[in-house]
Amino acid sequence: MTESTGGIDMDEDSSGTVKKFAFINRKAPYGTVYALESLEVVLISAAFDQDVSLMFIDDGVYQIKKGQGTKGIGMKNFSPTYRALEGYDIEKLYVEKESLEERGLTEADLLVDVEVLSRADMAALMEEQDVILSF
Amino acid sequence: MLHIVNKSPLEKNALDSCLTHAQAGSTILLIEDGVYAVTKGNKVEPAMKKVMESCTVCALWPDLEARGMQDTVIDGVKQVDYNGFVDLVAENATVQSWL
Repeated sequence: MTESTGGIDMDEDSSGTVKKFAFINRKAPYGTVYALESLEVVLISAAFDQDVSLMFIDDGVYQIKKGQGTKGIGMKNFSPTYRALEGYDIEKLYVEKESLEERGLTEADLLVDVEVLSRADMAALMEEQDVILSF
Repeated sequence: MLHIVNKSPLEKNALDSCLTHAQAGSTILLIEDGVYAVTKGNKVEPAMKKVMESCTVCALWPDLEARGMQDTVIDGVKQVDYNGFVDLVAENATVQSWL
């Protein structure tokens, strides 16, 4: 030990670096565990003060469909959690327009405020990221 | 014969394969992520409407409700609960699950 930092003065090396993290969600909820697992990692990431974006493409758009009620299938309805993300300073939610259209959905069918992007804009946004986590 | 599909039509080709193999008079039951196939505006809606001319198409209501898709089901699709699921299995001599 050359410096008596006590292990807390690490900002310049690690916690001070803000990276652009994107969570890319492509799976419908409930049929597989991907959507729930993604949400859990997103919540963990909130603790690290990074620049987090959530992208919903393909069947991933179904994750934020309004009106989910899971009593009948005996699983936890985790859709309200997406509305709580704002409280964790996770406010960048992007949904692909073409994915909505292929499923007969519109922005009005979604339970959170999102930015709807074209497929081309979504692709460009992916290129801007430092870290991509796929679910 | 009872055909059961549990995969999303836009993620896997299980539904496509089912629709090309199902004979007239068959029953097709959609469960789990398969229920998205009978929701209005889905890309496969025309294919579902076509198969409904010769087959009975059913969807498991609790799975529609879980996904928030209960109010957007294509007209003519028979919605069944778990008891209805059991009845379909009992009524049909053979069951083919398109996993």
